[in-house]
Amino acid sequence: MEPSGRTKWVASILVVGYALITIIPLLWIIATGFKSPSDAIAYPPKVVFDPTLEGYVNLFTERTRATEETLAQVSEGATWYEAIVHDQGMVIAGPSRYGERFMNSVIIGFGSTALCMILGTAAAYAFSRFRVPLKDDLLFFILSTRMMPPIAVAIPIFLMFRSLGLNDTHLGMILLYTAVNLSLSVWLLKGFIDEIPIEYEEAALIDGYTRFQAFYKVVLPQAATGIASTAIFCLIFAWNEYAFAVLLTSGTAQTAPPFIPTIIGVSGKDWPAVAAGATVFLVPVMVFTILLRKHLLRGITFGAVRK
Amino acid sequence: MIQSQISKAAEATPEPVARRIRGLSDRSIAWIFVAPTIFLLLAVNIYPLLRTIWLSFTNYRVNRPNNDVDWVGLRNYERILSDPDIWNTMQATAHFLFWTILIQVLIGFTLAYLINKKFKGNNLWTTIIVLPMMLSPAVVGNFWTFLYQPQIGLFNYAVGFLTGTDPASFSMIGDVNLAPWAIVIADTWMWTPFVMLICLAGLRSIPESLYEAAECDRASHWRQFWTITVPMVLPFLMLAVLFRGIENFKMFDLVVQLTGGGPGSVTELTSINLKREAFEKWRTGYSSAYAVILFVTVFGLASIYVKALNKVKQR
Repeated sequence: MEPSGRTKWVASILVVGYALITIIPLLWIIATGFKSPSDAIAYPPKVVFDPTLEGYVNLFTERTRATEETLAQVSEGATWYEAIVHDQGMVIAGPSRYGERFMNSVIIGFGSTALCMILGTAAAYAFSRFRVPLKDDLLFFILSTRMMPPIAVAIPIFLMFRSLGLNDTHLGMILLYTAVNLSLSVWLLKGFIDEIPIEYEEAALIDGYTRFQAFYKVVLPQAATGIASTAIFCLIFAWNEYAFAVLLTSGTAQTAPPFIPTIIGVSGKDWPAVAAGATVFLVPVMVFTILLRKHLLRGITFGAVRK
Repeated sequence: MIQSQISKAAEATPEPVARRIRGLSDRSIAWIFVAPTIFLLLAVNIYPLLRTIWLSFTNYRVNRPNNDVDWVGLRNYERILSDPDIWNTMQATAHFLFWTILIQVLIGFTLAYLINKKFKGNNLWTTIIVLPMMLSPAVVGNFWTFLYQPQIGLFNYAVGFLTGTDPASFSMIGDVNLAPWAIVIADTWMWTPFVMLICLAGLRSIPESLYEAAECDRASHWRQFWTITVPMVLPFLMLAVLFRGIENFKMFDLVVQLTGGGPGSVTELTSINLKREAFEKWRTGYSSAYAVILFVTVFGLASIYVKALNKVKQR
């Protein structure tokens, strides 16, 4: 029963309307990143404005106020970003910590994802193909670890990390995020591996492959799409995580989410710099979401709903 | 289950022979594959859980490591359950849970229903609607404070433009009556697509033949909707509610950035309250008991709910 033309038309108007409203805050973040501080807080809110990279320059630099004379001295042969800072009556004092924080997010995100995929694929394969004692209990145990509020687990983890010297280290955060993501990756990957016909491996075993060879020469290539999309889910989770990051890191291993809200300007909050930081941080996830759209449902429901 | 020829043959082969042929036996491979995962989960999940339970019976404080640690029995639990502030927190959480889930179910289902009309370009628009869900709640929550600024904020401007009120006359975050709704709106913006996606999967799973049969019986569209669409989507919808319920019960990042629990403590959800007790007041024993109570609540409610869900599925 195909819906009538008019029904489709009404449905499309409503859905497109909702989509446009929902996308406005995201577009507003991106636009604010390219505004000057005065344009950002103008009333009425400015839709048309002169784009500037001031927000991005402020995001990546530390600046100090300078006198007219110093400004006149340094302005010769200044690069474009120095010129933007000089226009505000300031000179660059050095790089800001945003770059470091962003790199921390990259290191911890990719590190935990890689570890999680290695452990998760192995465990999922075992759960899918072998008779593991107490299998259902173990699987449920793995899932139930996700029900705890992060703050509730954070107290003993904080104590444990402190006694092991793992507080505020990359290694500590990688291990923590790996453990948190394992539940998701084992459940998702088990679903993907269950879908691969077992006959392929049997054929390989008959051909004289060992179990290990059958695993990495037959199963892994077949599960590649599933592994890739699971990896992206783990990466996005580690990338977005805030509660553990804000409690367990403060300096060397701090990731971007606890850092971005602390960006402030000379007088009050520097919204263009905050928006620039948010844009740099959020756009990669938006791209990944678009790439993932076919597996999205599966990922967000722990494999409970498959299309 | 794996009852294939290979595994039967493998079982029939004497162990030493199998090892020579295959390298390691299946059982040892299974253990090698599962052990690291279980070990990591024991270290990072189960050990902390047991330690929390133990701490909840003591008066330990992290910021005073030299104090004697005394066993206080159930005193922490008594104090929590008789503390009126905790009940206020629970009420704020209940308000947040009830309204976010209700609104998200209504909008999410409607959107899924409309998208399922398969108009041109529906995939593109679905992807756009889904975007907010995948972003970092803390970063997004922080930016929503900008949208909620009186006068200059885009949200206030839009409300002023549509209703004619002065955009500078109200503050979504600063007002005691509005702040609980500020977090509901931001959460709804973020998570409605989640409910929508699950409902969409439910709608797409309904076989076309059911509607054709109903057409033959001359059932009205209205009747088809209530006797076919709704019951078929219900298990999916209940699953979405389960996920949203657990997630929003744990809610921390979005709201702590948006309102920080304020003004006063009207948006102080349980996680934020717990963070304050554990990491600002450093009452470790007390907050451990609090954590145990929360965990038991979530676990209990979730298991009851899952039972109900299974009943609906069986029908």
